[in-house]
Amino acid sequence: MIARIIASLARLLTGARAHWHGCLPEAKLRVYFANHTSNLDLVLLWASLPPELRRITRPVGAQDYWSSGIRAFLSLRVFRAVLIERKQVTKSNNPLRPMLAALEGGESLIIFPEGTRNPNGEVNEFRPGLFHLAKARPDVEFVPVFIDNLNRVLPKGEILPVPILCSVRFGTPLTLATDETKPQFLTRAREAMLALRPQ
Amino acid sequence: MNLDRETQYLFGGTLGILTVASVIGWVLKARITSEGGRKVVDNLVSRTNAWWVMAAVFGGALAIGKLAPVFLFAFTSFLALREFITLTPTRRGDHRSLFWAFFVILPLQYWTLASDWYGLFSILIPVYAFLFIPVRNAIAGDTEHFLERTAKIQWGLMIAVYSVSHAPALVTLLEIPGYTGNAKLLFFLVFVAQISDVLQYVWGKLCGRHPIAPKLSPNKTIEGFVGGSLSAIAAGTALWWATPFTPLQAAGMSAVIVLMGFFGGLVMSAIKRDRGVKDYGETIPGHGGVLDRIDSLCFAAPVFFHCVRYWFTA
Repeated sequence: MIARIIASLARLLTGARAHWHGCLPEAKLRVYFANHTSNLDLVLLWASLPPELRRITRPVGAQDYWSSGIRAFLSLRVFRAVLIERKQVTKSNNPLRPMLAALEGGESLIIFPEGTRNPNGEVNEFRPGLFHLAKARPDVEFVPVFIDNLNRVLPKGEILPVPILCSVRFGTPLTLATDETKPQFLTRAREAMLALRPQ
Repeated sequence: MNLDRETQYLFGGTLGILTVASVIGWVLKARITSEGGRKVVDNLVSRTNAWWVMAAVFGGALAIGKLAPVFLFAFTSFLALREFITLTPTRRGDHRSLFWAFFVILPLQYWTLASDWYGLFSILIPVYAFLFIPVRNAIAGDTEHFLERTAKIQWGLMIAVYSVSHAPALVTLLEIPGYTGNAKLLFFLVFVAQISDVLQYVWGKLCGRHPIAPKLSPNKTIEGFVGGSLSAIAAGTALWWATPFTPLQAAGMSAVIVLMGFFGGLVMSAIKRDRGVKDYGETIPGHGGVLDRIDSLCFAAPVFFHCVRYWFTA
């Protein structure tokens, strides 16, 4: 219920349309990886999936950001986020573990491989997590996603959003090629995402 | 819901026109085989289908009465302003001003309509919003392209909110001696403006040769403009019985709407060309964005409103 209201609000504000360029919205085991410019990225990408996919797709978020107050409620109850540690990573709280567990349970993931928001709309280098996921689960489809204009809806540091039209573009799924190295895969993934950027 | 006889005729007539358009679409679809022709016909069919939806929403709002058109046009303004601002490169420093524009100024403008306050309706945006936006931007502190950025927000508010709000103002703010059912006046404005667009398109497709503004809209031709305008004025004149006008006055009013509508289309195209896009959005299948559909109305509504107010109200 709350999930549906939030999804409708996000779409009303941004008029967002999902453009499925390289694949269709199918219930396959997937990792959607998107650019990160605004706190609303997670909400909008999640809202632009059809409801039946939303039920089996979980966003990955930072433990330190999503664990208090209203955010905790939203992340746990509404988005069913997979929370990972990004500050003090040790062997016992290895961020890969909860993500792999979710995939193991048949649930797709939404991740932001830049690791942090980039308010000017550019795309930073990817963190290595994406590669480790791909290596552990070569059977999973890695779908590049580009979210356009959302940094104008809610820039970093603002609380109140303004309505600006956005688009969410889904590209052709990638999988790790045999003997592909970490930098090669991360570069290829980043280029696949950038190729979706509207001119 | 209590429709007078004239309104019933207007609705019936619209239903008839749309039915004819749909039938023509089906016939053409069955006949045309060439690749290029099929594209045109497909676009025609999706435009017609969108017209059915728009006519149903607009007709429904007119039938429900007074406040429904206000809400409908308020929402239209919201969509149009969103398209306009999306196309305009704004900066971080505009964020708060934009929030005010969308969530305070826009609702306030339509609230003046709901509360019958002509004084504030006519100056809220040209005076208060005009002065407020640069002040808010100045407080935000970003001086780069200051005048440009401020002017763009002011322009968006004037076109997408202030101008558009003059259409429902026909219903709530005008009292014309000896005439009731102002919703018909709003119908007249919207019908003439839109049928003029449609007829100019049809005439242009049928016998358009000489482009009228090749740089702005390569599809607009002199033949389309002349043929479309004259037949739209004829259509408007034929509706005089639903308005407070004599047939001659109805022709004059139609001419005002058609001409302003044409200018509106031209100006809004110029903005699109400058930004390098074809349409303002993709909200309405076959038509583009909301602003693409109401560009003529943006220019026709305020002038028509003031013509009626000056000559026909007490």
